[in-house]
Amino acid sequence: MGLSEMFNIALMQGFAGISLFSVLLLMALGLAIIFGQMGVINMAHGEFMAIGAYTVFLASTLTEKFLPSLIQVYFPFAIVAAFCFSFVAGWVAEWSLIRHLYKRPLDTLLATWGLSLALQQTFRSAISPKEVSPTLPDWLMGSWAPTEGLDIPINGMFVLALTTLVTAGVMIALYRSRWGLRVRATVSNRSMASAIGINTKKTDRLTFAIGCGIAGIAGAAFTTIGSTGPTSGSLYIVDAFLVVTFGGAASLLGTVASAFVISQTQSISEFFMTGSMAKVLTLCLIVVILMIRPQGLFATKVRR
Amino acid sequence: MNGKTWIARPGTVSLLALAALLLVVLPAVLDIFRLNLVGKYLAYAFVAVGLVMLWGWGGVLSLGQGVFFGLGGYAMAMFLKLEASDLESTKIQSTPGIPDFMDWNQLTELPFWWEPFKSLPFALVAVLLLPTALAFVIGFAMFKRRVGGVYFAIITQAVALILTVLIIGQQGYTGGVNGITDLKTLLGWDIRTDSAKLTLYYVCALTLLATIAFGMWVQRSKFGTLLLAIRDKEDRVRFSGYDVAAFKVAVFCAAAALAGVGGAMFTLQVGFMSPSFVGIVPSIEMVIFAAVGGRSSLVGAVVGTLLVNTGKTLLSETFPDLWLFLMAALFIGVTMALPDGLAGLVENKFKPWWQRCQADRRSLKKHLAAADISGE
Repeated sequence: MGLSEMFNIALMQGFAGISLFSVLLLMALGLAIIFGQMGVINMAHGEFMAIGAYTVFLASTLTEKFLPSLIQVYFPFAIVAAFCFSFVAGWVAEWSLIRHLYKRPLDTLLATWGLSLALQQTFRSAISPKEVSPTLPDWLMGSWAPTEGLDIPINGMFVLALTTLVTAGVMIALYRSRWGLRVRATVSNRSMASAIGINTKKTDRLTFAIGCGIAGIAGAAFTTIGSTGPTSGSLYIVDAFLVVTFGGAASLLGTVASAFVISQTQSISEFFMTGSMAKVLTLCLIVVILMIRPQGLFATKVRR
Repeated sequence: MNGKTWIARPGTVSLLALAALLLVVLPAVLDIFRLNLVGKYLAYAFVAVGLVMLWGWGGVLSLGQGVFFGLGGYAMAMFLKLEASDLESTKIQSTPGIPDFMDWNQLTELPFWWEPFKSLPFALVAVLLLPTALAFVIGFAMFKRRVGGVYFAIITQAVALILTVLIIGQQGYTGGVNGITDLKTLLGWDIRTDSAKLTLYYVCALTLLATIAFGMWVQRSKFGTLLLAIRDKEDRVRFSGYDVAAFKVAVFCAAAALAGVGGAMFTLQVGFMSPSFVGIVPSIEMVIFAAVGGRSSLVGAVVGTLLVNTGKTLLSETFPDLWLFLMAALFIGVTMALPDGLAGLVENKFKPWWQRCQADRRSLKKHLAAADISGE
């Protein structure tokens, strides 16, 4: 797709739709790995995103306090740190909780819901019960106006770029790397994968942690758009699950497509009605389509 | 079949114990304020009992029971609200005779779908039928296509989100975030007095006990057996010639109707209904009530509901911070260590231990008796 064509689409659909698309996709990517590939219902996904967001907040506070000269450049490092923190948190969660529950997928839902409650209260007690926002570098603020009457916010473009980068990274990692091969083997047939010498336990833990790390990146990116509070993670969780389910759980391409469809439906219907009714309409549409096509848009054909 | 799949088999003893607790002990020891709180928990217990049938026996987890609870509750609240908004008490409004929140939102006449809720019989039928109809539509579409497990859970969750957004968004028709408040009378009977609260508590407790007795009868029936069979080996039941989907739809509808009844009881005892009892968080909490008590035990679910809610009320008053951590620990602990909940603990650990003790005592007695005889 050429640049001018992209620009035309942006004009037609409105950058808001594209921006919503990148937000949804970034939200759902980590879940596409954890829920889509591994089958774990991680209700704490939103809280792993919040870990990323709070990491950026802490990084910005620390930078402002001790190294105010670096405030323009800290942000990329904060994103890396967000990935690392969420990765470690995910690793610990897998080790302490999830690995005992692989045979009971619905129970992972209950246990991770408990985890999300605990994390929310931790944020509330340890950081702040109020919403916080990091100090963002100047280059992320404002908007880009190529022609008269066209304002494209830079933070939206930043999230779009980051989403593209992360999606490409996940695609390559999952379909071109040794880790991806192990993950896909473990997912499709655990005992066979284990029989041919794949350490499935280690693969599971790494996969879960990477999914959480990506959630952390998403949370970090969202600090450019809005503030972060203890419960902001739970606002995203249903949307993220719907994106993954709607796309067809095991298909990464499906996740991309479904994020696109959902965001466009939402942003187009927002022209005609209030935001909440647009949301209702979009959700109803997803539910109805899922009833007709339960395996999602892009179901992988597997014999079970 | 081992003992575990049959945990907490229909127990008349536990039902009688629960009846004694609810009808005799609690009214005797609690003041009317606390008893009203217990009545509120019992309204939730209807949902938990429905979840036992749906999830514990049928193996289908719904994360949208708050929807059905809310539909029942709102149906009741709409009737009570219309009764509370007669011309006399709303004469200061610009349009008298319509609920106050409609007046605030510049509505000049009652929406047509509010009209039928002026009649109590219609409202009572709606309490049962609205949740059942929605459950039928969702269940029929999903189970006929053999969608289950995780997908079903996520879709019901989405339905809970839809209803919440809808209620909050359509403020003029639903009361928005505040919900439907200021409910006063039921056919002229003031539901805010202490005696009314006591009566409503007994009505709620008796209905719940009757529901459990009915549930135990269902569990003993062929329907109950088939539900367990579907949970454990769905394909095998299907290959034996049963319509698995029809069974699942039936039990989903039953659970929804129960949740609706619970919602109506809740509205009557609490005096208002709001979207905060409809959404995702309350729906998941209701699942937790059932899980803590024991997902396949009817009485266990009621006990679980009472325990969790009592803990929540007491602890969140004194330690608002600690409560969420405890709740988290409860979810995680119950899921990891007690997959069959408290009822499973009683059935699998306590009962065998008790029986062993009894057996030991008997054999000891025998030994002693034998020793006595030989000693002489």
